[in-house]
Amino acid sequence: MRHTLAVLVENNPGVLARVAGLFSRRGFNIDSLAVGRTESPDVSRMTIVVEGDERVLEQVNKQLHKLVDVIKINDITADEYVDRELVLIKVNADPAQRGEVMQIADVFRARIVDLGRKTVTLECTGNDGKINAFEESLRPYGIKELVRTGKIAMLRGTKYTGLQENGD
Amino acid sequence: MKKTGAQILVESLLAEGVDTIFGYPGGQALPIYDALYDADIRHILTRHEQGAAHAADGYARASGKPGVCLATSGPGATNLVTGIANAYMDSIPLVAITGQVPTSMLGRDSFQEADITGITLPITKHNYLVKDVNDLAKIVREAFYIATTGRPGPVLIDMPRDVSAGETDYTDPGPVHLPGYDIKKDPDPEQVARAVRAIEEAERPVIYAGGGVINANAHVELLKFAEMLLAPVATTLMGLGGFPGNHPLSVGMLGMHGSKYANYAVSECDLLIGVGVRFDDRVTSKLEAFAPNATVVHIDIDPAEIGKNVGVDIPVVGDVRATLRELAGRLQPRLASRWRDKIQTWKKEYPIEFEENGRIKPQEVIREIYNATGGNARITTEVGQHQMWAAHYYTYTRPRTFISSGGLGTMGFGFPAAIGVQLACPGETVIDIAGDGSIQMNIQELATAVSHKLPVKIAILNNGFLGMVRQWQELFYNRRYSYTELDNPDFVKIAEAYGAVGIRVDKKSEVRPALDEALRVDKPVVLDFQIEREENVLPMVPPGEAINNMLG
Amino acid sequence: MEITAAQALVKCLEKEQVEVIFGYPGGAILDVYDALYHSPIRHVLVRHEQGAVHAADGYARATGKVGVCMATSGPGATNLVTGIANAYMDSIPLVVFTGQVPTSQVGTDAFQEVDITGITIPVTKHNYLVKDAVQLPRIIKNAFHIAATGRPGPVLIDLPRDVAQTRIKFDYPDSVNLRGYKPTYRGHPNKIAEAARLIGSAARPVIYAGGGILNSKASRELLTLAETINAPVTNTFMGLSSFPGDHPLFLGMLGLHGTRAANLAVTNCDLLIALGARFDDRVTGKLAEFAPNATVVHVDIDPAEIGKNVQVHVPIVGDVKQVLRELLSRLEKKQDTSWLEQIEAWKKQYPLVYRRGEGELKPQYVIEKLNEINGGNAVVVTDVGQHQMWVAQYYRFKRPGSLISSGGLGTMGFGLPAAVGAQIGLPGELVILVTGDGSIQMTMQELGTAMEQELPLKIIILNNHVLGMVRQLQQVYCDSRYMAVEFKFHPDFETLARAYGIKSYTLRTEKEVDQLLPEALGSPGPVLVNCLVCAAENVNPIVIAGKAISEAVDC
Ligand SMILES: Cc1cc2nc3c(=O)[nH]c(=O)nc-3n(C[C@H](O)[C@H](O)[C@H](O)COP(=O)(O)OP(=O)(O)OC[C@H]3O[C@@H](n4cnc5c(N)ncnc54)[C@H](O)[C@@H]3O)c2cc1C
Ligand SMILES: Cc1ncc(C[n+]2csc(CCOP(=O)(O)OP(=O)(O)O)c2C)c(N)n1
Ligand SMILES: Cc1ncc(C[n+]2csc(CCOP(=O)(O)OP(=O)(O)O)c2C)c(N)n1
Ligand SMILES: [Mg+2]
Ligand SMILES: [Mg+2]
Repeated sequence: MRHTLAVLVENNPGVLARVAGLFSRRGFNIDSLAVGRTESPDVSRMTIVVEGDERVLEQVNKQLHKLVDVIKINDITADEYVDRELVLIKVNADPAQRGEVMQIADVFRARIVDLGRKTVTLECTGNDGKINAFEESLRPYGIKELVRTGKIAMLRGTKYTGLQENGD
Repeated sequence: MKKTGAQILVESLLAEGVDTIFGYPGGQALPIYDALYDADIRHILTRHEQGAAHAADGYARASGKPGVCLATSGPGATNLVTGIANAYMDSIPLVAITGQVPTSMLGRDSFQEADITGITLPITKHNYLVKDVNDLAKIVREAFYIATTGRPGPVLIDMPRDVSAGETDYTDPGPVHLPGYDIKKDPDPEQVARAVRAIEEAERPVIYAGGGVINANAHVELLKFAEMLLAPVATTLMGLGGFPGNHPLSVGMLGMHGSKYANYAVSECDLLIGVGVRFDDRVTSKLEAFAPNATVVHIDIDPAEIGKNVGVDIPVVGDVRATLRELAGRLQPRLASRWRDKIQTWKKEYPIEFEENGRIKPQEVIREIYNATGGNARITTEVGQHQMWAAHYYTYTRPRTFISSGGLGTMGFGFPAAIGVQLACPGETVIDIAGDGSIQMNIQELATAVSHKLPVKIAILNNGFLGMVRQWQELFYNRRYSYTELDNPDFVKIAEAYGAVGIRVDKKSEVRPALDEALRVDKPVVLDFQIEREENVLPMVPPGEAINNMLG
Repeated sequence: MEITAAQALVKCLEKEQVEVIFGYPGGAILDVYDALYHSPIRHVLVRHEQGAVHAADGYARATGKVGVCMATSGPGATNLVTGIANAYMDSIPLVVFTGQVPTSQVGTDAFQEVDITGITIPVTKHNYLVKDAVQLPRIIKNAFHIAATGRPGPVLIDLPRDVAQTRIKFDYPDSVNLRGYKPTYRGHPNKIAEAARLIGSAARPVIYAGGGILNSKASRELLTLAETINAPVTNTFMGLSSFPGDHPLFLGMLGLHGTRAANLAVTNCDLLIALGARFDDRVTGKLAEFAPNATVVHVDIDPAEIGKNVQVHVPIVGDVKQVLRELLSRLEKKQDTSWLEQIEAWKKQYPLVYRRGEGELKPQYVIEKLNEINGGNAVVVTDVGQHQMWVAQYYRFKRPGSLISSGGLGTMGFGLPAAVGAQIGLPGELVILVTGDGSIQMTMQELGTAMEQELPLKIIILNNHVLGMVRQLQQVYCDSRYMAVEFKFHPDFETLARAYGIKSYTLRTEKEVDQLLPEALGSPGPVLVNCLVCAAENVNPIVIAGKAISEAVDC
C-alpha cells in the first residue's frame, strides 16, 4: 500500500542525503519525495510517498526517527488531507489538434504556459488521481516531455503536522 | 548451459583480459572464491584488504591495465575504502568487487553487512549493487568500460551472496550502451585553432603536464610537442616520468615542493599550457598569484576539471594524446628561444641541492638509488618527506616508473603498490622508497611479497619522525613536536621474521654497498637507512604564499 | 579571552573528562595537535588510523566511557571507516574527530580531501561537518550526548583547517537541546505489566540476553530476574559476560555456534524474554522456526529493533536496566521444576566437546587453560574467526564487560588495537588477547604502540596456519575446495615479537601449555604466545545456512 509521510527535518545541509541514503540502504521504495521550506526557516518539510506493507512502514518510521535531523514524522495516509502535485506536460499539437487539447486543459483547469509551433506546454495542479487522469487524456496526442514535482500534502481543518500542538 | 553468478563473474573477468586479482576471502565472497578455484586467473592473497586495493592500484599504474581487487562484505569491503579513495583521487582504473549479504537480508544490519555502495558513492566513478544475476555480465562489462575510459577511476561491484550463487544462462552482453556516459576523445577544432593561435603568439610558453599524460599514454606526443615549442616542461608529482627528467627542456616538478626554476618559469610565463592536470592546490598555492600574466590553455578529458580552480582562457576538452597530435600537426617548430635560454640560467642559478655532512643525507640515498639502478628501476613511494626527495633526486625518464599517491597522499600505499608493480613487471627492479612511519602502515604485506617470491626492495629513510609533519611543526608551530616522534621497531628483525633480508645502514660509506647488496639478492629486502633526523624538504612554498616565494 | 577553535576543542574534551585520545597526526589536524601539546589529556600515538579507532572502541567497551580518536583528512579519515562501522554495528559510543581541508577548498578534490561525512552517513549514529567555529563547542556537547545515550554509537566531527584556526570566545554549553533526538528510557507501564503477567503464567520461559545488558549495565538485574523466576538464560555473543558463565541457570551462547541446550531451549520455550538483543541472523537461523511456539517479549532502547526481524507480542521500548527494575517490582518468586529438569537433561546430553589427545594441540584446550588459570577473571579481547567462537564457547566469563569482541561487523584486526585500548582503560588488570594467525597480521603494527605505551598485554595466537573460519565454511559449503585460505607462508611470530621488544613463547603441546602458559600470563610486561594448534579443527556445533537452530550439526 502507498503511504504519505509528512516529515519535518532540521534545515541542515546534507539532510536530504541522509534521508535518501537511508531509503536506498534499507531497500525502501520511494514513490515520490518533495522538499521545501516551512513556516519556520530552520525547519524543512519532506513529503514522502512510500510503497510498502505495515511492517515496512513501521521500519520506515522508526529508522527515520533515528536520524538526529528528523524532528517529527506524520503518516497522514489515514487522515483527511489535501494534497497537490504540479505537472508540466509538453504535447504535440499542430493547429488542427490544438482545439481539442485546449478543451482537455479546460476540463482539468490546466493552464497553457507555453506555445510552440507544433507543441503546447501545459501546467496542471491537483491530487494524484487528477494528474494521472490528465496525463492519460493527453497521451493520445503524443507527450514529448513530462515532469512532475512529487506530491505535497497538508491535513485538513485544525489539525497540524507542524511543530505546534494540535488544535483539537 | 546454466552458470552461477560467480562463474559468470569469472568468465566476464577473463573476457576483459584480467589475469591477476588481489584479494582476501570471507563468508559472503565464498561463491566467488569457489569459482576462482577452477579459473585461469592468478589470485594474490594479501594480508589486509587495504593491501589488496593498493596492490591492484600499483598493478594498474605500472601496466596501464585495470587493477582488480576482491573482498568479502562488511569489514572486508570497508577495508578497501582508503584504497578506492586513493585510486579515485589519482584517476586510476580499478574494479573492486565485494561480497554482500544475500538480497533478502539487505538493510537489516545483518552480520557483516555494510552499505558499501552508499559508503563509496563519493569516492568511486560509479558503483553497482547487483540485484539480479541476469544483469551481472552487462554490469561487469560496463564497470570495466567506465573504469578505463575517459578519465579513469575506480568502479565497485557489490555482489550479494544469492546473486553469486544464483544461476542463469550466460550470454555475452555485447557492446556497452550508456546514454548518461559519453566521452569526447577528439577535441573541438575551434578550440584547437584558438590554442594554436595562442601558442604562436606566445613568447614565454610553459607546459604544465600531469597524470593525464600518463593515463593517455601521451609521453611521445608530449616530447614532440615540447620540442616543437622549445617550451620548458614542468610536471606535477603525478606527471613525473611523463616527460624525460633528463631532457634539457625539463624543469622538474612544480608546486609547493617544486624546483625553484619550475615555479619561476610558471610565474613568469605568458602562456601556460596545462596538459592533463587539475590545478591542484599543492601546485597552485595562492591562486591569484599563480601564472598571473599567462594566458591559460587547459587540455583535459574531464570537462569538470576545466575552470574548477583557475580561470581558463582556452579550454580544450579531449584526450591528451589526440589533442597533442592535433596541435603538433598545426604548428611550426621554433628554432630558437630566448625564454629557453633564460630557463637554463635559472636552472644553473637555483639548482636543487642539499648540504652534505658526515651523516647520511636522505637526498644522497635517493641519488645513490638512482646510480645503483642506472635509473632503470620502478620506484614507488609512501607519503612524506621521503616522497618529495624521491621526486627530486631520482630522475624519471619513462612513464609509469614513478608510482606514488598524489591526490590522497596515503601513507602505506607504496609497499603494497610495489607488490602490484612487481607482478605487472616481472624481472624489473622495484623499489619502495619509504618513511619509517609510512612503512608500518602496511608492513604485514611482507608476507605477501615473500610468499609470492616478489623481490621488492624497501628503502626506509628512517628519521625517527613523522618527518613531513614534524617539518611543519618546526616551521609553523614553533618547533612544538606534538606526537610526531616515533618509537620504532627493529626493522631488520621484522624483515628476518618474514624470511626477507634486513640491512641496517648507519654510515654514509655503507649506503652504496648496501644498495648493491640489496639489488643482488633475489628476495625482498628491507633497507633501514638511519638518516639525518631533522632534515627538511626544500625548497618549499609556505602555505598561502605565491609559488615563486619559496623558502630554502 | 579568545582562543582558536582547535584550542576550544581540547578544552571541550577536558570538560567532558576525556582522559585519553587515540590518534595519528597530519596536516589538516595540526592545529588540534598543537593545542594538545599542553593539555593534560593523554594522547596515544598509534601506527595506523585503524588502530586508533579500534583502540578507542576497546577503551570504550572496557571502561563504559566514550572513546575518542582523531585523524587527519583524506587517508587518515578513510582509514577510520572500518573502525567506525565496527563500533556502529556493536553500538559502541565513540566521538571521532577528523581534520578537513579549509572550507574554501571543500568540494574541489583538494589535496587529501574526502567527503568523510558523506562516506560515514551509513555507519555513524550522526555526523557533523563544522562550518562555523562558534558552533564547535555546541557540536561537541551534542556529539558526546548522542554517542553515549539511547542506543550508543559513533559520532564523527569533521573540522576544516580554517575553522580550527578561527578564534572564538570559549563557552561550553551545559545542556543539550536536540528536538530530533529524545531517547526513551522508561518502559511503558502497561506493557511492563503485561510482560509480568505473561511471565507469571509461562511454563517454559527463556531469557535471551544481548549486548544491551552490558550497554545499560544491567547484569545485576538480569541475575535477579533469572533467579526470581527461575528461568534459564542464554546469551548472544555480544551479551556474553553479562551473566555468570558458571551459573546453573546459564545455557551458554545460542545461535549459529551456540550450545545445543541453548538452541533447544529457545526452540521449545513458550515465552522468550529478549533483553537488549537484536535477533541477528546469526542467532535466529531459519526465522520461521525460531522460537516457534513462544510469546515474545522484547525490551530494547531502540524502537527500530523491535519487530525488525521477528514478530514481537509485547514490545517494551526503554532502557533495559530501568525496565527490569520495574518489572522485578511486579514479579513473584517462581519455581517450576519440570522445565528446568528438561534444560538440565539437555545440558547433560549435549555438552560442548572436542576430541583431545590426537597428538596435536587443540585450540579449545588452550582456552580452557586460560579460563582455569585466572578463574574467568581476565578481560578477554578477541579477533575474528574460529578462535573467537572457541572463546565464546569455552571461556566462562565472570565479570560483566570482560569480553571485548567484534560481533556485528566481525572485523579481523580489531583484536590487537582493541586490547591496547582496553589495557589503557584498565591499567591494573589482566588483559588477554586471543587472536588468530590471519587476524593478528591485519593490525600487527600496533605491537609498536603496545611497546611504546609499556602495556602488559598477553597476546595468545591460536596459530592454525589457515583462515580457519573460512576454511571450515569451504569444507561445509564448497566440498572442501580450499581456495585462498591456506597461508603458504607465515612470519616467524617469535622473531616478530622480538623486533618490537616483546617477550614470546611458542607452545606446541598440551604439556607445554600446562607448563608455560601460567608463566607467560604471570610475566609483568607484554608477552606474545604463539600456540601451534591443529589446523583441521572445526567450530562445533554449527547451524547450516537456512536451517533451524534446533538442527545444529557437527562437522
Ligand atoms: C564468526 C562469528 C560468528 C558468530 N556466531 C554467533 C553465534 O553463534 N551466536 C551469536 O549469538 N552471535 C554470533 N555472532 C555475533 C553476531 O553477529 C551478533 O553480533 C550478535 O548476535 C548480536 O548480539 P545482540 O543481539 O546481543 O545485539 P548487540 O549488537 O549487542 O545490540 C544490542 C541491542 O541492545 C539494545 N540496547 C542497547 N542499549 C540498551 C539499553 N540501555 N537498554 C535496552 N536495550 C539496549 C540495542 O538497541 C540493540 O538492539 C558471531 C559473530 C562472528 C564474528
Ligand atoms: C594514512 C595517513 N595518515 C596521516 C597522514 C599525514 N602525514 C603526511 S606525511 C606524514 C609523515 C610521514 O612520516 P614518514 O613515513 O616517516 O615519512 P617522512 O616524512 O619522515 O619521510 C603524515 C603523518 C597521511 N598522509 N596518511
Ligand atoms: C577484515 C576481514 N576480512 C575478512 C573476513 C572474513 N573472515 C572471517 S573469519 C576469517 C578467518 C580468520 O582467520 P584467523 O584470524 O587465522 O582465525 P581462525 O579462524 O583461523 O581462528 C576470515 C577471513 C573478516 N571477518 N574480516
Ligand atoms: Mg619518517
Ligand atoms: Mg587461523
